[in-house]
Amino acid sequence: MKKGEVGIISGFSDEGLSVKLMEMGCLPGATVRFNFTAPLGDPVCITVAGYELSLRLEEASTVLIIN
Amino acid sequence: MAKRLTIALAGNPNSGKSSLFNHLTGLNQHTANFPGVTVEKHVGTCRMPNGSMAEIVDLPGIYSLYPRSLDERIVAEVLLNHRSPDCPDVVVVIADATNLKRGLLLLTQVMDVGLPTVLALNMMDLAARAGVSYDIQLLKSRLGIPVVPINARNGNGIEELKQTLVEPLQPARKPVFAVYDDAQAAVKELRERLGVDNDYEAYQFLEQPHGLQFLSATDRQVIAEVRQRHAIFPGKFHGAETIERYSFIQNLLEAATLKPADEGWKKYSHRLDRILTHKYWGIVIFMAVLFLIFQSIFSWATVPMDWIDGWFASLSNYLQDRLPEGPATGLLTEGVIPGVGGIVIFVPQIAILFAFISILEESGYMARVVFMMDKIMRKFGLNGRSVVPLMSGVACAIPAILSTRMIDNWKERTITILVTPLMSCSARIPVFTILIALIVPQQTLFGFFNLQGLLLMGLYLLGFAAALLSAWVISKLITVNERSYLLMEMPTYRLPKWSNVGYTIVDKTKAFVWEAGKIIIAISIVLWVLASYGPGDKLENAHDYVLQDAANQRLTEQGLADRIAAYKLEHSYAGIIGKAMEPVIKPLGYDWKIGIALLTSFAAREVFVGTMATIYSIGSTEDQSSIKSRMQDEINPQTGGPRFTFAVGLSLLLFYTFAMQCMSTLAVVYRETKSWKWPLIQLVYMSVLAYAAAFVAFQALS
Repeated sequence: MKKGEVGIISGFSDEGLSVKLMEMGCLPGATVRFNFTAPLGDPVCITVAGYELSLRLEEASTVLIIN
Repeated sequence: MAKRLTIALAGNPNSGKSSLFNHLTGLNQHTANFPGVTVEKHVGTCRMPNGSMAEIVDLPGIYSLYPRSLDERIVAEVLLNHRSPDCPDVVVVIADATNLKRGLLLLTQVMDVGLPTVLALNMMDLAARAGVSYDIQLLKSRLGIPVVPINARNGNGIEELKQTLVEPLQPARKPVFAVYDDAQAAVKELRERLGVDNDYEAYQFLEQPHGLQFLSATDRQVIAEVRQRHAIFPGKFHGAETIERYSFIQNLLEAATLKPADEGWKKYSHRLDRILTHKYWGIVIFMAVLFLIFQSIFSWATVPMDWIDGWFASLSNYLQDRLPEGPATGLLTEGVIPGVGGIVIFVPQIAILFAFISILEESGYMARVVFMMDKIMRKFGLNGRSVVPLMSGVACAIPAILSTRMIDNWKERTITILVTPLMSCSARIPVFTILIALIVPQQTLFGFFNLQGLLLMGLYLLGFAAALLSAWVISKLITVNERSYLLMEMPTYRLPKWSNVGYTIVDKTKAFVWEAGKIIIAISIVLWVLASYGPGDKLENAHDYVLQDAANQRLTEQGLADRIAAYKLEHSYAGIIGKAMEPVIKPLGYDWKIGIALLTSFAAREVFVGTMATIYSIGSTEDQSSIKSRMQDEINPQTGGPRFTFAVGLSLLLFYTFAMQCMSTLAVVYRETKSWKWPLIQLVYMSVLAYAAAFVAFQALS
């Protein structure tokens, strides 16, 4: 995803992490927007479920997106 | 007397929980320990509308009952341990009305645990600004619990909330989430065998037996058996449960939302983020903020610190003049009062630092700092969240170590605890100041760089570099593989609530005064005894011995008294220990006098200056320039030159930069890690580092 892009969560590639992501509102079917990255390129900030969430690229990459 | 109503406050981080707590309790709050868990809780009392008093417990902010960090585990334990006397009568779940979805996840979990629950919808003002409105009646009837809209910032709705709390409350009638069919049999069996009074509670026992400390060994045994028989492994249903809860919440919110939010109100926050987390500006601004904080710790704090210093010195003198002479007076005026003074003097710096940290946290900027620093910190085996303890460590390691609890990864938290004392704390300043003044001339480089200031800054940077490098080394040595992640809410920027800042300052300062105070006073007393008593008659007859030695010198009365004090110290137990230490510290360039100072400053680093003053018989520590000139005049009998050469001074500076010369910190580390292993490791590695650095510096320079 590029900055400013919007996508929909379709699933997760990491079982263990998915539970935590879901608790934070990253549910399959939810809309996410990629807002911006930290000055060093990692972590990133996204908007999901009506608020801003930051997560590392490594974690973000386990979220499967359909644009 | 009827049992006091116990009300627990639970909610997401940034949901305004502490504002509500401060509103309810005002200054009637204190920190206590959760029984069995060595973690503090905030408790306070509140007068209810019917005249009774209620106990309010502020639980740490959490997202879910499935714990990730230590803070979260505590909440799970408090809410799931129904047989404990600490189990709350009512739980108030505070949810941010501008972001209700996630708050409701926690609410539905808490409801299912079977405790009477009240939902406090906070930030109704922001919600109104965002254009959101909810059908409160519908929320009430669908959830089956009281729902009270409040504004914790200005106190609107708090009276209504209190009124609701004194009415008889029942647990929610039916659970939001019915335990899965697969788990039914296991839950039923566990409920029968352990007498658990609720499906979801039993289900949580099955899901997270390792996290719950209150379960006894036999309980665990039973749980393990049941789990094995029914093939349930922890986390089996967790994901599905979360999805089911969210779908309930989604339906509820679709029905109850009269008007959805538009994102427009966050426009300013987004714009601020574009600057504050900008590739270059973000870092420049963060550096500027750090500079402002340090500047104020070091310049503003000196004024009240001087008052405190003077006040304690005059108190000591006053008592010395008024009280009859004797060991009790000596203990009081030379042991206890300077000990207490040595703690209180750091209060201004700690208060100022935590004022800043609290403002940064309240405004939402701290989350951005964590966000920006995460990548760098991760390279060294730390976490973006380690930045806060490391920054706090510049004032004092004790509150800094307490603030590591928000780091959810055990390994990263432990490493942060281990390296935080390498950050140069304020207790090192008096030691640094006097040693630097001794070995570096008051000169400027290129006209504006003050040489002494440069060396001081160098020592701070050295401490920081040592902290990062040690973190890196330790992260290679601890081979526990626990997944590290950073899932952090970036709260919307807002103005800090000043009363919350005030409460934080009081709270952190109190933690420091108590934690450090207990130990420093105890050690001050021990050291006073060691320094005041010695074998044989040398101490009682010190006066005569000194007169004999100084028979042909013309001493003033003051000079004689100072000589006697120095003579006494030399022949006291402390002096004997110092002399015994000499072979060990000789390679660092120190003699037995410095040895005594190293020993006494083990309680707290700043004691070094006071001990130096006594050894070099100045009599009082008030005048630093006189200590300096005495130290300058001290002759090394082997070389015939001055004792405090550049090599010795630098070696001492490096020693104090790295050495773990603080008993209070060790005690706090013990409490936080619940074992002696980590404080011992910390003591050993820092002492080795200090010794090695001092050794290399002295040997290379002399």
